[in-house]
Amino acid sequence: MVEFSGIKEIIKPENLVYKKTRIMTENILSYCPGCGHGTAHRILAEIIDEEGLQSEAIGVSPVGCSVFMYNYLDIDWQEAAHGRAPAVATAIKRLLPDKFVFTYQGDGDLAAIGTAETIHSCNRGENILIIFINNGIYGMTGGQMAPTTLPGMKSSTSPYGRDVKTMGYPLKITDIVATLPGSYYVTRQSVHTAANVKKTKKAIRKAVHYQKLNKGTCLIEIVSNCPSGWKMTPVQSNKWMEENMFPYYPLGDLKTPQE
Amino acid sequence: MEKELRLMKGNEAVAEAAIRAGVDGYFGYPITPQTEIIEYLMEANPAETTGMVVLQAESEIAAINMVYGGAACGKKVMTSSSSPGISLKQEGITYIAGAELPCLIVNVVRGGPGLGTIQPAQSDYFQATKGGGHGDYHLIVLAPASVQEMADFVDLSFELAFKYRNPVMMLSDGAIGQMMEKVYLSPQKERSKTIPEWATTGKPSTRERNIITSLDLDPNRQELFNRKLLAKYDEIREKEVRFEEFQCEDAEYILVAYGTSARVCQKSVQLAREQGIKAGLLRPITLFPFPTKRINELAGKVKGMLSVEMSAGQMVEDVLLSVNGKVPVYHFGRMGGIVTTPEEVVESLKSKLIGD
Repeated sequence: MVEFSGIKEIIKPENLVYKKTRIMTENILSYCPGCGHGTAHRILAEIIDEEGLQSEAIGVSPVGCSVFMYNYLDIDWQEAAHGRAPAVATAIKRLLPDKFVFTYQGDGDLAAIGTAETIHSCNRGENILIIFINNGIYGMTGGQMAPTTLPGMKSSTSPYGRDVKTMGYPLKITDIVATLPGSYYVTRQSVHTAANVKKTKKAIRKAVHYQKLNKGTCLIEIVSNCPSGWKMTPVQSNKWMEENMFPYYPLGDLKTPQE
Repeated sequence: MEKELRLMKGNEAVAEAAIRAGVDGYFGYPITPQTEIIEYLMEANPAETTGMVVLQAESEIAAINMVYGGAACGKKVMTSSSSPGISLKQEGITYIAGAELPCLIVNVVRGGPGLGTIQPAQSDYFQATKGGGHGDYHLIVLAPASVQEMADFVDLSFELAFKYRNPVMMLSDGAIGQMMEKVYLSPQKERSKTIPEWATTGKPSTRERNIITSLDLDPNRQELFNRKLLAKYDEIREKEVRFEEFQCEDAEYILVAYGTSARVCQKSVQLAREQGIKAGLLRPITLFPFPTKRINELAGKVKGMLSVEMSAGQMVEDVLLSVNGKVPVYHFGRMGGIVTTPEEVVESLKSKLIGD
């Protein structure tokens, strides 16, 4: 066993290489170990801090695992009804056009019950940022089939695997949004490796700047894992995600601004 | 400044009054018989004058959630619809009540259930006054009986909505929404620059972050919140009851009616008195809070009451509770989009309460 007797001498400001970003509150995250939500939250919080957006940002949290997101980022928040975050954000941005308005939604929220609100806010080109966490499952209610659940994938409401003949196909809603004239920047990223975290952070920073241009909706899909819902360890879930989710939901830009 | 006299439909009057009241945003979706509201606003284009946002949403559901978002920014926001559309809005309305947000919802009622008819009705009384969506909550409900009141109640609605941080419903009907009358319009008000302390407008360094939510998983805290709402509703019951009496001083029989039915019943009172029947009319202007105390007082002085509604009998339950067994109470109403005639009401009064 390694002795850390000298640890107090090591904890000094000059040795500090990583710390909690100021925008994250002291509240303990409610997410399961290994879940991507915490990382996605942190990246967004870092951007809000680095871009000086604390007094500009108004977030809209969804119904789903991230329903309590308003407890974790020290900004103004509204908690929306299931699927309605883009409609809520539409009004905020229309009434307060100088603010940075974003929604943070899961796949059930954004691509099932809120499909109409998602499509139409993007089609109107609302100047908001939509962050879409796609883990192919309903996490908060305990692992039911989502609109993005892969063919053959097991969940508590597709216990023999998703049969596309009776349960339909996984919805690539981000691809649909990219075809809409109202969307401005549409990309699909992940947060499961350090390299991907950097890419996602870059994408969010771009979207923050694009929102100031008033040229349309930005949507960033983050393909993520759900170790609890998928019944895997965090490491297994990330491997499974790479092998199964990424082929169906390939990472990269779907629509980039014509500059 | 003097009021401007115009000849308008009730729906148009609401729209014009909203602009003049300095409303910040209207979010709607077309449905008969209230579509003139959004049409009028789109044509008036107040974005160019007052800066008011007018948006046609993709559904009533989206529209009411836009109202949620706007109200949570501390803005004066409203929507309008008619019965089937109001049913769709119920999810958003209960969230708005649960988050204690001020707003105005106009319901220009048509007959139901289901798609029903596009003709006027008063069959949404239960939905408007007893909650409508899930959970323990109340809207403040105002019932206009004229085009003038449809205009005047816009300002009153926002005054009450912000005073109590509670959604207000203007419960009109297809007759008042569609008919034209003269209306005196208030002068243009400036849009308010005041930001309520609870509003989410971006967190400055000078205050804690504001969170608008209706969620609390802790049962004890949730119950405390429920008690807070109850206390608020009690205060509203105490302070905000509004009604109008017509020839009740010497009345032996009281008609209770709101909106279009109340206008019909004014004539019924006159007809009854011509036949030697001492009838009077009590018109609730607020349906929540209901004029319970006054109806109970009057019950001690009369022989019976008749609740006249364009429904199968909804408000009659509140009249019964108010009367509390002192005298007989009956209901008379036409349904399906049919407006009661004054003569029918008198006949009903005679057959149900007076006898041959």
